[in-house]
Amino acid sequence: MDSPATYVHWWFILISLPSLLLILGMVVLFAAAVLARFPRHGALVEPAQPQEAAVEPIPSDSNWTRRLRVALARRWPGRQLLPDRQPRYVASWVYLFGVGAIAALLWIVVSGVILVFFGPVWWHVTSAGRLVNSIHFWSVQLFFVCLVLHLWGQYFMASWRDGRALTWIVGVAIFVVAIGAAFTGYLSQQNLDAQWIAVNSKDAVNSTGLGSFFNVLGYGQMYGLHVMLLPVAVISLVAVHVLLVRLRGVVRPIDHPAKVDRADSGEVRQ
Amino acid sequence: MKARQLDQDRYYAGVPMVSYDLIKELVLAVVASGVVVLLFALGLSSPDVPSATIKGWATADPVDFVTTATSELAGTSPSASYGPPYSDGSDSVQAIGPFAPQRWAGNSIHLDAAQEFVLGPLGTVSADDPTLSQAIATYEGASTDQQQAWLSAYSDALANATAEDGSVKVAAGQYGPVPVLTAKLLSLARSGTLDGLLLASPRFYQTNYTTPLLFLGDGTYFANLAEQQHLLGSQWGMMNETGNYPGQSWLWLYTLWYQVPPFNTALNADLLVILTMGLLTTLLALVPFIPILRDIPRWIPIHRFIWRSNDW
Repeated sequence: MDSPATYVHWWFILISLPSLLLILGMVVLFAAAVLARFPRHGALVEPAQPQEAAVEPIPSDSNWTRRLRVALARRWPGRQLLPDRQPRYVASWVYLFGVGAIAALLWIVVSGVILVFFGPVWWHVTSAGRLVNSIHFWSVQLFFVCLVLHLWGQYFMASWRDGRALTWIVGVAIFVVAIGAAFTGYLSQQNLDAQWIAVNSKDAVNSTGLGSFFNVLGYGQMYGLHVMLLPVAVISLVAVHVLLVRLRGVVRPIDHPAKVDRADSGEVRQ
Repeated sequence: MKARQLDQDRYYAGVPMVSYDLIKELVLAVVASGVVVLLFALGLSSPDVPSATIKGWATADPVDFVTTATSELAGTSPSASYGPPYSDGSDSVQAIGPFAPQRWAGNSIHLDAAQEFVLGPLGTVSADDPTLSQAIATYEGASTDQQQAWLSAYSDALANATAEDGSVKVAAGQYGPVPVLTAKLLSLARSGTLDGLLLASPRFYQTNYTTPLLFLGDGTYFANLAEQQHLLGSQWGMMNETGNYPGQSWLWLYTLWYQVPPFNTALNADLLVILTMGLLTTLLALVPFIPILRDIPRWIPIHRFIWRSNDW
């Protein structure tokens, strides 16, 4: 597998066969997820009834801890954070790309922690290390596949409607920061690929003026960013993204008859 | 502030609800993705083409190595004349008119190519080598004009050089001590000693590979290795991977710009592409607020397959 791949050259496009197959696979997977019928849901459940009296008011006293606790409970009530019901219109395979990305991220973190524990040389010299690195590599591929398909899906669902623009923006931020995390990971491999990416990418980084602070040729800096700061950033943004999804709920279908009176209010008229 | 549960209940008012198990969904996703990833890992492993070394370079292509070392001494190599953040040159500074962010932080790394790549490592091993010590003293004692005359003549001669038994042969000429310097550097490189010397610092520990990577990058040997793996920028290299593996496909648009005018011929292509991608990424983030971009999903009815009205 370490011999150079077969490349497809068409017009000005040059792409390796594995990358081409991956991209074609993503298009097919997305089309299948859109077109295939999702298994029919179980029985309908009673919708929750608005109960204003059950909502604890924010205390007016000077206890910051109590005020924070109540405010958090009001913003993210338990049955909203961990819901056991959802709208019946949430019935498509497209919805699974988001949770797929989170699952892949979990495997990235697990395999990454093992790689960090044994050090950056381990995976080059042991079969166990190579396996863990392979899990890390394919988890990253799966993560980006799910991330991109999730983005496609949410775009065609216009999921930023009804006060969800910030959720969309945080999602784009996850994509950008994840690219940075992957980039520093490629720089941390300690092989020909890492060397070339470092030498070749320095010109782009330097052209922005960041080269004095972000030295892609400095292995220690790139490794530290990859195993600590950037994963923390990705995981934090994913947490914010999920909390925003739970806060707003799943957006209604584009042609849904209910209309929103005020984008951010959550109030509707039939 | 309104209670959020109340908001969501109102948002879902009139919408049929079905039971849902978020935790079960997450666990199933973790198990399924774990199986997929493990199968790929066991079946296909992962890419790991061994790193290039100075030793490998000097052994495989001694003429290129000596030619590069000579250009480092002459100050004509890409690194020596790069500009910020490595040197005071300007050959690799990218700008759009007066807009040149590359200059803003100045020459922060202060790379002296002749010293870092050639004279410094040679000086380290010269104590027990009178011939080498004399050559260094002669070179450093000469005027800049004399040094450049030797280096220029030697560079011209290297164009027709041949490699014989691990050394580089050129036609006789007025090269001063330069052939002694480069021959010793080549010897150090072929033994593997130079790989370590280029990392030497006053500190014991080392994690910064700026010097050896810049030196490798100045020659053609390293670029040839990358070209064989389709990693060059002109080969869509940013989204390619060594070996028979998928690369960073998510960089397809970033890579695309380098293949088309005006980027593919621009001397400031990196800066232009980064600004372009920065603008496009900003537009992507602001899609919810941009007419037409936010309306496209209504015009392309993919959503009618995702949300089938009999599910509402």
